[in-house]
Amino acid sequence: MPHLTTYLGLADHSEKTLAESLRAVADGHARVADVFHTCRMLADWSQANREALAPVVERYGEADVEEPERLHAAGLAGAREGEVGLLRDLQDLHVLATLVQTTWTVIAQGAQGLRDPELLEISQHAGAQTSRQLTWLTTRIKVAAPQALIVAP
Amino acid sequence: MQFYHRTEGALMTDRIADIFGTRTPHAKGTVWPARVDQHLDPGVEEEAVDSWVQSACLLCSNGCGLDIAVKDGRMVGVRGRATDVVNHGRLGPKGLYGSTRWASADDRLTRPLVREGDRLVETDWDTAMGRIVERSKALLEEKGPLSHGFYTSGQLFLEEYYTLAVIGKAGLGTPHMDGNTRLCTATSAAAFKESFGADGQPGSYTDIEHCDALFLFGHNMPETQSVLWARILDRTRGDDPPRVVCVDPRRTLVALEAERTGGVHLAPRVGTNLALMNGLTRELFVNGWVDQDWVDAHTIGVDDLRSTVEPCTPEHVAEICGVDADDVRRAARIFGESDGVLSTVLQGFYQSHQATAASVAVHNLHLLRGMIGRPGAGVLQMNGQPTAQNNRECGADGDLPGFRNWDNESHVKELADAWDVDVMTVPHWAPPTHAMQIFSYAETGSIGLLWISATNPAVSMPESARIRKILGGDQCFVVVQDLFLTETAELADVVLPAAGWGEKAGCYTNVNRTVHLSEKAVEPPGEARSDLDIFLAYADAMGFTNRSGEPLIGWRSPEEAFDAWAAVTAGRPVDYTGLSYAKLRGPTGIPWPVNDEHPDGTDRLYADAVFPTDTDYCETYGHDLATGGTVTETEHRAMAPAGRAFLKGAAYTPPHEEPSAEFPLRYTTGRTVYHFHTRTKTGRSRDLDQAAPDAWVELSPADAHERGIEEGDWVRVTSPRGAIEVRARVGNVMDGAVFAPFHYGHWEPGSAPGGSHADADRRLANELTMTVWDPVSKQPAFKTAACQVTRVRAGDGPSPAPTTAASAPSPDHDFPLSRRPRATAGGGPTSSTEPAATPHYPLDPALDSSEGGR
Ligand code: SF4
Repeated sequence: MPHLTTYLGLADHSEKTLAESLRAVADGHARVADVFHTCRMLADWSQANREALAPVVERYGEADVEEPERLHAAGLAGAREGEVGLLRDLQDLHVLATLVQTTWTVIAQGAQGLRDPELLEISQHAGAQTSRQLTWLTTRIKVAAPQALIVAP
Repeated sequence: MQFYHRTEGALMTDRIADIFGTRTPHAKGTVWPARVDQHLDPGVEEEAVDSWVQSACLLCSNGCGLDIAVKDGRMVGVRGRATDVVNHGRLGPKGLYGSTRWASADDRLTRPLVREGDRLVETDWDTAMGRIVERSKALLEEKGPLSHGFYTSGQLFLEEYYTLAVIGKAGLGTPHMDGNTRLCTATSAAAFKESFGADGQPGSYTDIEHCDALFLFGHNMPETQSVLWARILDRTRGDDPPRVVCVDPRRTLVALEAERTGGVHLAPRVGTNLALMNGLTRELFVNGWVDQDWVDAHTIGVDDLRSTVEPCTPEHVAEICGVDADDVRRAARIFGESDGVLSTVLQGFYQSHQATAASVAVHNLHLLRGMIGRPGAGVLQMNGQPTAQNNRECGADGDLPGFRNWDNESHVKELADAWDVDVMTVPHWAPPTHAMQIFSYAETGSIGLLWISATNPAVSMPESARIRKILGGDQCFVVVQDLFLTETAELADVVLPAAGWGEKAGCYTNVNRTVHLSEKAVEPPGEARSDLDIFLAYADAMGFTNRSGEPLIGWRSPEEAFDAWAAVTAGRPVDYTGLSYAKLRGPTGIPWPVNDEHPDGTDRLYADAVFPTDTDYCETYGHDLATGGTVTETEHRAMAPAGRAFLKGAAYTPPHEEPSAEFPLRYTTGRTVYHFHTRTKTGRSRDLDQAAPDAWVELSPADAHERGIEEGDWVRVTSPRGAIEVRARVGNVMDGAVFAPFHYGHWEPGSAPGGSHADADRRLANELTMTVWDPVSKQPAFKTAACQVTRVRAGDGPSPAPTTAASAPSPDHDFPLSRRPRATAGGGPTSSTEPAATPHYPLDPALDSSEGGR
């Protein structure tokens, strides 16, 4: 099952990237208290997803991610400045989280086919958590947008 | 009108020493007896009073009905209204001693002030309003309406909130409106919306007379609503009393009553409320105390809730919260085995970590047991400030008027039609901007005009040093309207003198949905104007018009404003259509909804177990309790709630700031019974000021001992954000916890700023608190910060903390003679009279079941 292991690697890797990026945004916008605390909490969720997946990765064996290389989204190296910068950072996180979410969808489909209830549960739970991350990002983007676009200095 | 007659030698009491007055105990299911409390200024005889003017107390959310005594054009005292359903004639120390004194204080603002360089100078109204309008128009031109922010209070009248809401939403079109209500009551509203689909207090005070158990969650009621606590004491000291369960990290009077009635005192570590709630919820499931049929018929989400709380065994909870596992079991058993439980919730939950989730968990307990909507089984999510409820209803806090859903296009259109403006004008593209965010925008200058009415954020908001910098900076033009030159007003660019309570007419609604009319008793001083008149003057000067080219605000008087408000509540849960000034001039306040179906008002909501959750009717589609992410309309519709309540759970997470080696203690803030907010009014009453003249900090005997601190020593309390230096009370907090009252800024009654107390510039409790808020309600977490306490120098007597309530000295500490606290006393004489016959209280369920209710 070379492609399944590839996708397991992709899930692990993209959750790691998302977690790191969430932390970078948290630190970069530490003065925006809700962004700071929520992004850190969401980073912990991504980390928890990786930990839940670890035993399955062990079971199926790891694969070097070759083919879906181009799916890799680059993480955020650092945060941007100001209200417009925050908006852009949240959008980047949304792109990353979308990749994570579709990755879990793919894995859940594979788990169905394999009749692997453990992997199915892990991927469904992880996918649900990613949806919650996306919901918060969308909500926060909507809140930030008008002020950032129209009046921010 | 006089329902009672004075008996010879009415009881005279010092209500500073005796906060609750004498008991009038009564049995379960009977009407709470009436007792009329009265206080007149020294030297004023009752016979000499010229008139008594109908009103209700404005010093806490209880809203006790009272009459104002007027003599020679001045307010000289108050008397409780025996016929009012809220208080049955009683008043507490704040109401008695604090209602009227401030009005004739010689430092009232009487003329507008404008900033000239670093000074505020007196001017006339035209000049002051001219400056505001000039700035307002320039900003609109340059940046549009998002450059305007409004920060109101929990003390304006509903006519004023509604008028401002229309100005902000339909005149300017800004989403940046919030109030001090965000700090005191936002979680109450948010929790209702999440569970029941809309704001609205389900329970009633009459539930006190019928319950078998009372749960007070983070609610130090004796300190915050003393008359309501007196009502409870009259049950716990009467026949067939309820058991009390107290959830509070301090050993408050509630905790003592819990011990006395065979209930439980649970003292969870600060910041761990949700873990405790999840433990209690789990006990209901595992012991079969869930009313499964009721839950199936009237709720959704029970399976998710069960699995969320599954890991929270009493032992697990005990470890997180630092409570005894058996106490958790005992408390849950009381909840699970009582026929009627009344729960009340306040700041210990609202201003703490995971505020909305913990408050929603209280609803869950009631829903699981089917205990809502009948006498004795209910929930009272309390409010802090007296008119906070109206801010929520009228939408000056950012919500849409009438509990409408900003995410529901047809709700927004109803308002746009009522106001005759384009629907695009009304900001509804995102959740309203909350207070902390408004101040952040003001910090960067993104909001260039911030208008603050009747509140004092320089003292009351977290990280107060930052707030003062924002208000004092050049990046934002600040308008303040208030009674006095508060710490906030000192920093403003324009200060407008406002008329206060008794100097203007208007209505407000207490925490129990009871609407009162407060009549104008006296003229305001100098050129002071009512907040309503100020808002109207601004609207006139700005020339706001509707689509027909008529003035946007079509009313002039408070009564016209009230009628306009009542009209937009039609068909909504908060229905005022059956109310009018004429109707409110009767013997008692009236609880909404009042309409054709309920012409005399409504004692409790949800008697039919139908909740306002229908997708087209609800005030919100809901939120993720952990993140605050919003549920979409489509997702909500898919759940088909159709009148069923939501059971929503969340897992406990540790607070944002945990104790460390450097800051090993947990810091929490709160109130004393003798003061309201930042003492603007209560500090100007000698009786109240002397009862609690200066700040203090409470430590447990063990923590004090470890640090070499004795009662009355000067100590320094430090958090990562700031420090205060005040005197120490060796008191009733649990080990590891530190409590400080938040009322004390640098203003000092009867003296120059920074005057008579050595700590006046170093005692502001909010210097230490964090800028962090609940993800759903956006209420700041005043009660979870880490701190350290160190001794600075010896004191020369006991600390100034009152001995009468939760700040009482520890019974476990051996106080040296020179530091032994002196009993708090010294209030002027007040009279208490029991009427010959109990008045008739409309809607009181005890009337159905008891003889002699009338
Ligand atoms: S309980 Fe509240 S409303 Fe009643 S008198 Fe006291 S302060 Fe006023």
